[in-house]
Amino acid sequence: MSYEALVSLAVCLPLAGAVLVWLCGNTPNLREAVTLVTGGLTFLSVLLLLPQGLSGMSPELVFAAPLPGLSLSFRLEPLGMLFALIASFLWIVTSIYSIGYMRGAKEENQTRFYICFALAIAFTLGIAFSANLLTLFVFYELLTLSTYPLVTHKGNDEARRGGRVYLGVLLTTSIAFFLPAIIWTYSVTGTLDFRPGGIFGGIADSFVVGALLILFCFGVGKAALMPFHRWLPSAMVAPTPVSALLHAVAVVKAGVFTLLKITVYIFGADLLVLLEARDLMLYIAGASILLASIVAMTRDNLKARLAYSTVSQLGYITLGALLATPAGITGAAMHIAMHAFGKITLFFCAGAIYVATKKTEISQMEGLGRAMPFTMLAFLIGSLSIIGLPPTGGTWSKWYLMLGSLEAGHIALMGVLMVSSLLNIAYLLPIPIRGFFAGRNEGPSILKEAPWPCLVAMGITSAGCFVLFFFPQPLHDLAASLYGGTP
Amino acid sequence: MMSAIFANLPALQVILPLLFAPICFLLRKRGAAWLLAFCVSLCTFAVSIALFMQVSAAGPLSYAMGGWDPPWGIEYRVDSFNAPFLVLLSLMFCVTLAFSYKSVEKEIVQPRHALFYSAFMLCVAGLLGIVITGDAFNVFVFLEISSLSSYILISFGKDRRALTAAFQYLIMGTIGATFLLIGIGFIYMMTGTLNMADLAVRLPSVMDTHTVRAAFAFIIVGMSIKVALFPLHVWLPNAYGYAPSAASVFLAATSTKVSLYVLIRFTFTVFGAGFAFGAMPLQPILLVLAVTAVFVGSLSAIFQTNIKHVLAYSSVAQIGYMVIGFALASHAGLSAGILHMFNHAVMKGCLFLVAGCVFYRFRSARIEDFRGLGKTMPWTMGAFVVGGLGLIGMPLTAGFVSKWYLIMAALDHGFVGFLIIAAVLAGSLLAVAYVWRIVEVAYFQAPDEVHENGKEAPFILLVPAWFMALLTLYIGIDPSLVVGAAESAALSLLGSTP
Repeated sequence: MSYEALVSLAVCLPLAGAVLVWLCGNTPNLREAVTLVTGGLTFLSVLLLLPQGLSGMSPELVFAAPLPGLSLSFRLEPLGMLFALIASFLWIVTSIYSIGYMRGAKEENQTRFYICFALAIAFTLGIAFSANLLTLFVFYELLTLSTYPLVTHKGNDEARRGGRVYLGVLLTTSIAFFLPAIIWTYSVTGTLDFRPGGIFGGIADSFVVGALLILFCFGVGKAALMPFHRWLPSAMVAPTPVSALLHAVAVVKAGVFTLLKITVYIFGADLLVLLEARDLMLYIAGASILLASIVAMTRDNLKARLAYSTVSQLGYITLGALLATPAGITGAAMHIAMHAFGKITLFFCAGAIYVATKKTEISQMEGLGRAMPFTMLAFLIGSLSIIGLPPTGGTWSKWYLMLGSLEAGHIALMGVLMVSSLLNIAYLLPIPIRGFFAGRNEGPSILKEAPWPCLVAMGITSAGCFVLFFFPQPLHDLAASLYGGTP
Repeated sequence: MMSAIFANLPALQVILPLLFAPICFLLRKRGAAWLLAFCVSLCTFAVSIALFMQVSAAGPLSYAMGGWDPPWGIEYRVDSFNAPFLVLLSLMFCVTLAFSYKSVEKEIVQPRHALFYSAFMLCVAGLLGIVITGDAFNVFVFLEISSLSSYILISFGKDRRALTAAFQYLIMGTIGATFLLIGIGFIYMMTGTLNMADLAVRLPSVMDTHTVRAAFAFIIVGMSIKVALFPLHVWLPNAYGYAPSAASVFLAATSTKVSLYVLIRFTFTVFGAGFAFGAMPLQPILLVLAVTAVFVGSLSAIFQTNIKHVLAYSSVAQIGYMVIGFALASHAGLSAGILHMFNHAVMKGCLFLVAGCVFYRFRSARIEDFRGLGKTMPWTMGAFVVGGLGLIGMPLTAGFVSKWYLIMAALDHGFVGFLIIAAVLAGSLLAVAYVWRIVEVAYFQAPDEVHENGKEAPFILLVPAWFMALLTLYIGIDPSLVVGAAESAALSLLGSTP
């Protein structure tokens, strides 16, 4: 099949899936089958795009022209390829998990849940394939709107409050900073296309470009750079599959992916390193990493702790993007994948614990390893990947990020990364350790794991953490060709 | 026969509704009156489309009423600025009528139905006349026709407060119209002509007189009342809030836009941008008032308990955007302002139609009535969400296109431009607050006991509402038609500057 057809297919398949799910709403088994088949086909079409994605910038695919001179269009490039692969693969895994979770937890309105989920994936792929900032912005806002019903799924007061913060922060940042930054960029450069080497090429003075950088960094609220991170912990009222795929992978990665694209294709590394605003933002990202880790330590609710951990880990990617050195960008791009696999495993575990035992607080989980050994083992593997210890994939991205901060001459940031690893150990590892070894005297407990689809999903993602350690080469190639595209 | 029709299209545009309004009243029967009005609206729409195509193909069109050549006789002049407004007015005429058959049946007592339709047609005829005429005094005449009939329309509201609202509007509207008349009188005194094109030629020689300056001030202030520009907006919320739903749909979508049309027409075509923005301090005054309008309107909208009032205060804020575009006086600014006049008409029309659907079921449109509507009236609420996202300015809706052009226009204006952008964006955020408050009530609260059996609105009411909702989305995805119309309108206005 041609490249154009595949790109359109990848975005349209989940949309069509959403419609089918709606039609099959009354027969749950058929509905879930539709979700899984759609997921498989979507991943397949993304996978078939891989050769094209590795070969650098592809031709542009225009599908609408909402504003004269500006188009809504898709274009495949390595970074988008990477993001699309991760999102579409983990959608299948999450769908398997969702079946176990949603039925196990007896959630209501499951049809609406699967519809919105498919829509969110379609919009995520739209973000991944965007050829210009306008297209990206359109899908970015659509993603916010389509995930709102998922965040507020429970429909109670707590969900409504969480949804309010979610929508409030994401819309405020995108309307107040992101949109004006886009329009300003357009009025300065006359284009919004993502181009290797950036589009500012000697046009604007450094004050304007610096101001734009700050606007973009805070405007992309989905990257959860402090102080605009509040939406992410609030989004944890959602059912766990949502937190797992959307708030560890699709939505937050859409944020850092956007930042990475902006630094590489809008500013360009050469221009970026000259900006004073960049140093400011680097240190804000560093502060975000450390502060979020410290907050994570104080949280007893497992999902809240994981959420703050995500805020901190997103800071890594922002940091790598802003470093704008080859290693920094490679590390940032790889970390999108590594963190995705690690964090989704952790969220799967949190959900499995909830379904099996209804426990949500970490202090209740002592000795849980004996009732749920498989879950706790998966949690351990996920934690190792987040911390960045071998033999898990997280090692590589952290390696490149540290290398990048040395290349850029920011020793302090290297220190930040090291301290953060220690903090990660402090807030993640005690959970499985105490799960296995604490509370021995309370007598043997019975084996009580979550439904099997949940376990299958956890198995796949934690195996992924290992695979990425031993075979990081394809990932590295994609990430490196991103940088190689810059003259 | 056909050629006779085509030669007289400009006259037919106004005469059709004007002539059939009394006949409609004489018919007395509800169904017959509605059917006649609806047929007339379709013909009017066809005429406006024909005029629009004629103008975009062959340029401005001048029609001498009764064969008296301008500047002695009354001239109807269709150019690329007013042709799209004619289309907008007649489109809203059709949409409102399609909606009103069921809605009016419920909201207005039986013997007055024919009266409602004839008043409605008079109102449309008045507004069409204001837009099409090239004669300054004729503007006043049509303004009175449309105003008087809209006072009647508003007072049809079942709520007794509709009467005080109509009375308040009557007082303020009359002051506005009188100011306009005084202004026109002054310039007539100075030049001896009432034809706009002729005025534009003769005014420059007497421009530097107190009389002309006073005339300008009278016209601007008078029309600002009708535009409902802050702080002259106090009549608007109650007028829209208590009028029958069908009337609020039409008035909200068109009446203030037509007044703004007059304001722009007098400023650019009659007085000229050089005088208005050079010799007179129009720009700072309008910008300050418009920005204040955005804040005051949006903030007030957040605290209303009646949906129609929320939408009405939102209109005050949105009028602020249009006036900002107009006051920037550049080609980009003027295009953005005109563009938003169309887009806002579509979005606000959609939202008032939704309010009408809810009113049809609950006989009121308070926020409490929206409880649980996400479940019981999913299609109605779907249209509401689309229109609401438009007001916020989400991508792929008409509101986004307006916002984009307005911000692009403001970027050319340095520091003032930044303040304007800040105001526009703050306005969008406040719109999130007042739209989402309603969405939350509709989707998160359980329906009332009493209305547990609340059903979806009748199909015939949903069709117009969804038509406008889809139009909002269509403009958001492919705005080339409206943007093109707005840009050529701005060009024709600035091109006619002396």
